[in-house]
Amino acid sequence: MRYIEPHAHMVSRTTDDYTAMVTAGCVAVCEPAFWAGFDRCSVDGFRDYFRQLTEIEPRRAARYGLPHFSWLCINPKESEDLGLAEDVLSIIPEFLDKPNVLGIGEIGLNKNSRNEVKIFERHVQIAVEHDRLILVHTPHLEDKLKGTKLILDILRNAGVRPGRTLIDHVEEHTVRHVLDAGHWAGITLYPESKATPARAIDMVEQYAAERLWLNSACDWGHSDPLAVPKTALEMRRRGHSATAIDALIYGNPLRFLSQYSGFKVADHVGGSV
Amino acid sequence: MTTPKEPWRQRDALTDLYYMEARARLLDVAAFLDRVDRAPGTDDHRLRSLRAALSFLNDGKADRTRRILESWSDPSVAPADSADTKGATGAWPKL
Repeated sequence: MRYIEPHAHMVSRTTDDYTAMVTAGCVAVCEPAFWAGFDRCSVDGFRDYFRQLTEIEPRRAARYGLPHFSWLCINPKESEDLGLAEDVLSIIPEFLDKPNVLGIGEIGLNKNSRNEVKIFERHVQIAVEHDRLILVHTPHLEDKLKGTKLILDILRNAGVRPGRTLIDHVEEHTVRHVLDAGHWAGITLYPESKATPARAIDMVEQYAAERLWLNSACDWGHSDPLAVPKTALEMRRRGHSATAIDALIYGNPLRFLSQYSGFKVADHVGGSV
Repeated sequence: MTTPKEPWRQRDALTDLYYMEARARLLDVAAFLDRVDRAPGTDDHRLRSLRAALSFLNDGKADRTRRILESWSDPSVAPADSADTKGATGAWPKL
């Protein structure tokens, strides 16, 4: 089995997780900037974090032969402080030319507030100006449906090319909205919130699987860095072919992420599921 | 438009694969409701929304998961004036 983990917060995972992921067949990992579990109090905190994402973590992953890529932003949970958010936005271009930076993400909304909308629009503007890929976080639980609709409206009004934007954390009530707007959709596999492996495969079977990917979004919370390969095993149990599984967990993320010319997978890739 | 595909497997095969897991989860929901009903107090919006969603399970209509998630969602359209919390509870608090 080979797979790409397109969304993992590796700064909060142990080296044992790197070993387990590579052992399971992971050939590239992508890490969006996110919330640290507390609000950072200055732009310097973000500058250090962006260095961690673009310099430190790639070196840590390389010890396991795993190419590491990152997305940069200020998380919507920290967007209420417009002054700090604008300061952080101003330093993002300093890091965009780092070789492992895929684009802007995971931007989006959390509680669907007016300030979150403003900062989301500013992120989108930066991505468009620099012609970079976009990774969008959709809100949690009861806020997801409203937030997804707001996000789709904003992206449409900004003239973003849908094929260069992935909208993440879709569930049964949002996946069709995202795919019908022409975007890519990410299904996040969480033990409790978001989707289980069985529900994720249900969505894959019902919708346009060629613009879907699976991710673990593993972080410091209740999450599983091996959720993608475990879901591949679940697909096998249902009778999906090795070719179909490979297309979903390797081919699809490869197609989307290869829109950034610097994206590559580990050169030990071989075989199939 | 996305087009739904054909059902993936026969019903008996899916039943073989998932029945015991679904049985266990249904019993867990029943036990949870028994547990909270034995406890003093009143239902908050989460319990109210959970109880309301049970009616979707046996209404004979498709897309139960989607409909349940929609029923728990904030139905408003305009952005909120501010984010007074970072978290979500699982169901719209005004339910």
